[in-house]
Amino acid sequence: MIWDAIFQPFADFGFMRRALLGCIAISVGATPVGVFLMLRRMSLTGDAMACAILPGAAVGYLVAGLSLGAMTVGGLIAGMAVALLSGFVSRVTALREDASLAAFYLISLALGVLIISTRGSNVDLMHVLFGTVLALDDAALILLCSIASLSVLTLATLFRPLVLECADPQFLRSVSGLSAVTHFTFLALVVLNLVGGFHALGTLMAVGIMILPAAAARFWAVSIGGLVLVAIVIAMLASLSGLLLSYHYSLPSGPAIILVAGIAYGVSLVLGPSDSLVAQALLRRHFEA
Amino acid sequence: MNTALAFQNLTLGYDRHPAVHHLQAEIAQGSLTAVVGPNGAGKSTLLKGVIGALEPLEGRVAFGSLSRKDIANLPQQSDIDRTFPLSVVDLVAMGLWREIGPFGWLGRERRARVDAAIAAVGLTGFESRPIGSLSGGQMQRALFARLLLQDARLVLLDEPFTAIDARTAADLIDVVRRWHGEGRTVLAVLHDVETVRMHFPETLLLARKLVAYGPTEQVLTAENQFRARQLCEACAGPPHVCGRSAT
Repeated sequence: MIWDAIFQPFADFGFMRRALLGCIAISVGATPVGVFLMLRRMSLTGDAMACAILPGAAVGYLVAGLSLGAMTVGGLIAGMAVALLSGFVSRVTALREDASLAAFYLISLALGVLIISTRGSNVDLMHVLFGTVLALDDAALILLCSIASLSVLTLATLFRPLVLECADPQFLRSVSGLSAVTHFTFLALVVLNLVGGFHALGTLMAVGIMILPAAAARFWAVSIGGLVLVAIVIAMLASLSGLLLSYHYSLPSGPAIILVAGIAYGVSLVLGPSDSLVAQALLRRHFEA
Repeated sequence: MNTALAFQNLTLGYDRHPAVHHLQAEIAQGSLTAVVGPNGAGKSTLLKGVIGALEPLEGRVAFGSLSRKDIANLPQQSDIDRTFPLSVVDLVAMGLWREIGPFGWLGRERRARVDAAIAAVGLTGFESRPIGSLSGGQMQRALFARLLLQDARLVLLDEPFTAIDARTAADLIDVVRRWHGEGRTVLAVLHDVETVRMHFPETLLLARKLVAYGPTEQVLTAENQFRARQLCEACAGPPHVCGRSAT
């Protein structure tokens, strides 16, 4: 019974195993980035960047069809361009980073939708927006795993400056020239993971696996390491259950995965041990002064 | 006398409006100087000019025997995210950045120095508390501990004793006096004239332009303070280009 429900689909079908591997790679790579986005109060930046990579992917699609390489490179270029332009504008003018990012990603999004709708069919648009996690080939899997590895290694290398850049950017700027490097490398990681994620989950859903587990982890862990670990576990469990749900009930897999992650967030929000609704209601007894 | 810092015809400002106007002064190495003046006198702006966060509209800040690397700065409003999951130890240990950089190992010896700095500001027992649970005064103590570890030859403090109680202020003034004893140069923006008279040998009285600079008792006369207030009130009205502006 349990075998049938949980293991049979993966034992029988290669595409399910590939989908699971792809999602695990995304969970390992993207969720730690999501944790730092949350800690930097930049959760919505992930959303903006996801929209920003659309025209690049679209141009890649126009040039080479549904080609992994072309769409990846296109998405990376568009995402980096928006990140750098908005960072540049906010550093040299009075406009704040959120406003300049909003401006550039909206331009980028409009451009992307325009390109796709003039040249492609609606099916293509659906591919780009919602991904094809059940049709990941070897190249796509290698790409996802490479991005996850690169992402984890970069975060490990950049950990200390990144924590300082989040907690006390003024101080980091005063003692080190790494502030700008850290900021832009981090944005590059966001773009990279979103571009990887959109092959499996689509540009819109890729943000979900980045942000939802991180937000849920906030109710379970306090330290940064704890947050990252919990977020990765939640993302993996959501991937597994989402894929199974989509298999058994013929649901689109990307949204199924993200919805399970959303349920995990809802449960954590209510029941998590750290500062959740129930924790606040139950743990009323305070310490001695 | 060795010069730590020289303000050479320094004009700093925002959007062409000067906040510090043609300032000429030299800060001696090892001196303990209070920067005093009414609100809007350009005190914080001056410190921003020293750390290089604000480019001069004219003139320059010259570093005698020091460089910008030798500065430790405590801003008036630090933009520390108090909700960030950091403990007091994490925060204070940041002061060792120049020593250990992004990859260096904290180790037992440095950890002992972190604990010593925490003890020096009276926060022993708070090591593993999250910074979000600290009071304003405790946070200021922790930031002073971080400054201690920065081991800087020039320490800039922007209103370090504002909004903290007398006991905490007294403890932190002891830290400042210790720096002075160790031959470090300290430049502190202060409001409380009594604190300045009691603990700061030198005072720089600012009202956009320099009003007076020298030994505290000669600078903080009633006449000088009155003049500083007048200068700061007299600058409303339509802007016109300064006759001494070089460009």
